[in-house]
Amino acid sequence: MIYSVLGEGVAALCCATALSDRGLDVEVIVPEGSREAASRFAGGMLAPFCEGESAPDLIVAQGQAAVDWWAAHVPGVTKRGTLVVAPPRDGAELDRFARATQEHDWVVPGDLEPDLEGRFARGLFFPTEAHLDPRKALASLRDSLLAKGVTFRSGTPRGHVVDCRGLASRDSLADLRGVRGEMLIVHASDVTLTRPVRLLHPRFPCYVVPRDGDRYMIGATMVESARPGPVTARAAMELLSAAYTLHPGFAEAEILELGAGLRPSFPDNIPAVRHVAGRSYVNGMYRHGFLMAPVCAEQLAAELAEVYAHAD
Amino acid sequence: MFYGVDLTSRLMLGTAQYPSPAVLLEAIEASGAEIITVSLRREGVAGAAFRNILSESRCRLLPNTAGCHTAREAVTTARMAREVFGTSWIKLEVIGHADTLQPDPFALVEAARVLCAEGFEVFPYTTEDLIVGEKLLEAGCRVLMPWGAPIGSGQGLRNPEGLRTMRAHFSGIPLVVDAGIGAPSQAAQAMEMGLDAILLNTAVAKAVDPAAMARAFGRAIQAGREAFEAGLMPRRDMACASTPVFGLAELA
Repeated sequence: MIYSVLGEGVAALCCATALSDRGLDVEVIVPEGSREAASRFAGGMLAPFCEGESAPDLIVAQGQAAVDWWAAHVPGVTKRGTLVVAPPRDGAELDRFARATQEHDWVVPGDLEPDLEGRFARGLFFPTEAHLDPRKALASLRDSLLAKGVTFRSGTPRGHVVDCRGLASRDSLADLRGVRGEMLIVHASDVTLTRPVRLLHPRFPCYVVPRDGDRYMIGATMVESARPGPVTARAAMELLSAAYTLHPGFAEAEILELGAGLRPSFPDNIPAVRHVAGRSYVNGMYRHGFLMAPVCAEQLAAELAEVYAHAD
Repeated sequence: MFYGVDLTSRLMLGTAQYPSPAVLLEAIEASGAEIITVSLRREGVAGAAFRNILSESRCRLLPNTAGCHTAREAVTTARMAREVFGTSWIKLEVIGHADTLQPDPFALVEAARVLCAEGFEVFPYTTEDLIVGEKLLEAGCRVLMPWGAPIGSGQGLRNPEGLRTMRAHFSGIPLVVDAGIGAPSQAAQAMEMGLDAILLNTAVAKAVDPAAMARAFGRAIQAGREAFEAGLMPRRDMACASTPVFGLAELA
């Protein structure tokens, strides 16, 4: 039995890895002409507790497995927690965030990130959270799969199909929709932040995730739209002004990239494993790709291993 | 009540900022709302998947022109909304100020004139200003939606006396308090004053449990309306014992 994983985003590569980890035969099929995977534009935050602000308990509970999974599979998982701050006049947002989440401590932000000293009087710290660079992590998963003899190709799948094509699977998953997200990558030599920082704001929230070489990912909008197209001026203005509120050094940053992706999402915004008409689907990652893809992949691999163990 | 449509619920719910469409549908159900507003400006035609989920709620859709800053933008968005949603209802919103999101009354009246002439049934988001209200009626609006407080601020009724005056002045016109309501008690207060309905979004969408908060608002609005219809007692400066002080029985 061979498993044909369709797609090249975080869901696909996690599934291929989880299947391969179980000693199963895997090939990865990259459909020709497919859009860039939404995961390329991800923040790479492994932040189940922060996500609990709006995500259901299931994401918080299951997402906690993500840090260890990634650390076991790729280099570069940074375990420095998440810092959450708000501008002084939006202090109520911080109180609300604290009420809606767990596993955090009240801190003086400048104690953790010296660059924020004097800018924010208080913040929330989520010490067990982590982050990674999504593109490096995906490249690393791919390299490991190649090293184990997994083939990457286009063309017809040879085995049981595990469809992880993201929004392209709308042709068979009718309740899948796109939620547009826009982000920037900047080079900011005047700013030093060592962990993801979320800036709460009732209208223009943003997060800043450090990458290597003084680069920062600034994200991300959430628009109920499947319009592909480039980043809008409004999104860029909102994100940049939010980043500037976090640290004025971002005003001098060089914009390296503006990116927009469509998050494949189910109506409850919860990623899911489905088995329909002889195919398996892992989809609906919404904004939880790097957090939940490992969880879904392990679930899928366990389910498939079980089915085919009985079949033999 | 609104352009010939009679409704049971006096709560209208906005559909932005919910954790998920599924949670949004639960909140609508729990609130009992029969009208939901939906935006188009930023999402565009490509927001169809989300709007299809909204149609599952079986509520009447009230498209809005949220995010428009000029009369022209608002008119264009309204025309697009009529095409996309197949309704001539439009909640007309023309923002005049970036920080307070206060309506621009001049552009509002201008856009209302154009849209009413084109057969739209306009729900204008306005202030408690009586003259602006009159101009909107003159333009053809048959509903007014005064703000309670700035959008998303949760401050409640900032100017209750102004709203009371508005109620008295526009006695036959449906008045919907739109924006600024943060707590069920504030919604009940508006209903006790005889205002006709409440439109809110953030207070429910950003609650830790949106469905439970939606239910609380639905009940508060119903209670406030029942109190208004029952006739509230007047305020008095002095105590007024409910048991008479004269004519007590002599027991000894």
